[in-house]
Amino acid sequence: MSTIDDYQNNVEIQWCPGCTNFSILQAFKKALVELDRMPQEVCMVSGIGQAAKLPHYLKCNFFNGLHGRALPVATGVHVANPRLTTIVVTGDGDCYGEGGNHFLHTLRRNPDITVVVNNNEIYALTKGQASPTTPLGESRTLQPKGVQLTPLNALAIAILHGCGFVARGFAGDIEHLKNLLVEAISYRGFSYVDVIQPCITWGTHPMNWYRDRIYKIGDSYDPTNRESALEKSMEWGNKVPIGIIYKVASSEIFAGRFRKAVSTRPMFEFQPPNRKIIFKLLSAFRASDGSHKEAHTD
Amino acid sequence: MKDINVIIAGAAGEGIHTVGDILARTISAQGYAVFTWQEYESRIRGGQNSYSIRISEKPRNAPLLQADALLGLNDGAVNKYKPLLKEEGILIAQRQSRKRMITIPFGEVAKEELNDKIFANTIAIGALTGVLGADLDTLNQVLAEKFKKKGQGIVQGNLSAAQKGYRQATQQCKGMCAWKLPRQEARYYLVSGNEAIPLAATFAGCRFIAAYPMTPSTGIINYLAKEGELLGIFAEQAEDEIAAINMALGVSYSGARAMTATSGGGFALMVEGISLSGMTETPVVVILAQRPGPATGLPTRTAQGELLFSINAGHGEFPRLVLAPSDPYDAFHKIVKAFNLADKYQMPVIVLTDHFLADSQFSVLDFHLNTVSPTSYIADPQKIRDYKRYQLTKNGISPRLCPGQSRHLVGVDSDEHDEEGHITEDLDVMVRSMVKKRLSKLDSLKQEISLPEETNVNDADIVFVGWGSSRGALLEGLRLLKQEGNKVGMIHFTELWPLPEFSFPNGKTYITVESNATGQLARLLRSEYSVSFKGTISRYDGLPLTGEYIRSNFNEYYR
Repeated sequence: MSTIDDYQNNVEIQWCPGCTNFSILQAFKKALVELDRMPQEVCMVSGIGQAAKLPHYLKCNFFNGLHGRALPVATGVHVANPRLTTIVVTGDGDCYGEGGNHFLHTLRRNPDITVVVNNNEIYALTKGQASPTTPLGESRTLQPKGVQLTPLNALAIAILHGCGFVARGFAGDIEHLKNLLVEAISYRGFSYVDVIQPCITWGTHPMNWYRDRIYKIGDSYDPTNRESALEKSMEWGNKVPIGIIYKVASSEIFAGRFRKAVSTRPMFEFQPPNRKIIFKLLSAFRASDGSHKEAHTD
Repeated sequence: MKDINVIIAGAAGEGIHTVGDILARTISAQGYAVFTWQEYESRIRGGQNSYSIRISEKPRNAPLLQADALLGLNDGAVNKYKPLLKEEGILIAQRQSRKRMITIPFGEVAKEELNDKIFANTIAIGALTGVLGADLDTLNQVLAEKFKKKGQGIVQGNLSAAQKGYRQATQQCKGMCAWKLPRQEARYYLVSGNEAIPLAATFAGCRFIAAYPMTPSTGIINYLAKEGELLGIFAEQAEDEIAAINMALGVSYSGARAMTATSGGGFALMVEGISLSGMTETPVVVILAQRPGPATGLPTRTAQGELLFSINAGHGEFPRLVLAPSDPYDAFHKIVKAFNLADKYQMPVIVLTDHFLADSQFSVLDFHLNTVSPTSYIADPQKIRDYKRYQLTKNGISPRLCPGQSRHLVGVDSDEHDEEGHITEDLDVMVRSMVKKRLSKLDSLKQEISLPEETNVNDADIVFVGWGSSRGALLEGLRLLKQEGNKVGMIHFTELWPLPEFSFPNGKTYITVESNATGQLARLLRSEYSVSFKGTISRYDGLPLTGEYIRSNFNEYYR
């Protein structure tokens, strides 16, 4: 049985005091304990940004890589060791801006990983520029007269591109977010959670502004219907839904065919390459009736 | 025997690759050392391209530009390549255009006598086999093997076509063709760089390749994608080169060997990933198959233009290994070394090839596979009590474990980090220690670097200094210049960073020979060894260096 203490480490946290990322960190720890994962079974992958520091603040395996590149690294981790619980923690700038192309193609690949986007609608670590999700017209450090670019609807993109688990969480509701994370991590296939994470330092609106607009998706909603999910993903403004927006059985997992044909074990446990096969493939490059034989012992 | 150089010329899509491949295999199966190289335009149909086959008793593995025999599949090809045909050479074509030639209207014969135009090229192959005086039986075996999947009818049609071409050619040859290639004992592997590299990677225990298709590197991932399940290697086409190297790093972090392959433009996109490999100390092998740049350059031509780029690629300071094999045999051994040293020193390894090495087929008698083997450098988790991924050690190498393998946690970070991989701003102690730790790996790495190959240096007045795939051309250049009475030698580098402890003998004139316009090797060696060069014989028109090119440039500029 894992406990919250298993995930505790003594690394100094660099977020602003009162940052909503603390709540997301808490939700992660609770979710992993509820799932009874041990830290060595978990691998967190991140890029750059405030969200991307999260893997440092809970005990687990982690790869804190380059800005925007967490998804390809996590895809590699999943291919090499499908037994690990691989989770990407990223932000709106990291995942939708710098790493936008990887987001699109990881949706198509469908590795069995979970991606959590701490979406604060702003570039916080570089002090307040617009992000791909900043609403039209809001002013930012680099857009003092207001953002002119259409904000990205990443939830709709995910639904359109075959992602089987699409959800939105809210950093202001740890229990609800924890439940979403448990569902997302348990899901077999690529699962994606966008988390509304108001920035208390650079953001336009205080926490309560979001609280007033957010509502939980009710039991009567059918998350398996693609059309209504798309409609739900486009709800924004005075009413913002949180919860599971789309969930269907996953299509074939990335590298599934290879895994079925070769082995389900982590690649580091694969047997050394068979020399005979290499000799056989090499011999295809030489006429077969030769008198000369490659010298080898095994 | 004197070497014979055969050029097959035709439009893209006309089948010169198949014709060349079948002829090369036939002559190889006949027991001769064959070397082939191709030059083609960046298009799928049309243009005029060539496939050259050099036939010799012992491996030459260097290109010749002039043809002893030229097969032109169409009139345009004949016109474009006829200037390369020697006076005493023989042209094989459909229409009479010179005295010394074999005229067979392949298309008409195929249609009228075999009821199908598709056999035209096989008639041409039969004719070439006859002109060269090789055995029709050997050609028949190669054809049967090549077409067996297409059914008995196709095989029979090809055998009849080969016989028609062979007979017509030998009849017309009387008194004109002097070549004889009777069956010999030797059996060479006829293999290109892009064929040797994936096999070597497998041999070295590579488990993963991700790449974005880019000429001339694509053959490597194509081969591994085809044989992946048999070899236990997963091959993925990435959305871009940035994804490719980052996926490879994810696999490598997880404890399995991983690689990527690209050309200059794609490598430029990977550069941040190279730096990430250096900082996180995650091994990765990157094949950089060079072609002329800048930007898109000449996509289907050859160059050695990325030497200084690959040595310096990546922001910040970190150790890396740069290798540049000379031929497929050397590439096989260097790839195994690349994977072993990437793991041992936990750093990026860049292997420079080029279009010439990637696509040309070389004759190799024996790969000596028993002299190399993969070595694992993953630590034993049982023997470690408190694990720190970046534990400070004397030689800078920290024990590497795999995430999920044991209770030990593996944390890596692109930020400057402490021993556990967590972000640090401890400038006084930790930052200085980590910078020193990473760079100190170079000291021991340097001891693993092979010395350059020296040929006839002691007796030489003039020493040509080259690197990578130009070795065959350099050796040929030495032979040609020696015949003209020059005292020439060669120093040839295949391991370029870090450079080994080496001193250039005094009292010689040094000239670098490079497929680039700015003499990059000269610049590198000048700064590392304080050696001075009289100049550089450089080639930057996209064609490979040849012995003749070196000879004539030497005579023109340095004599």
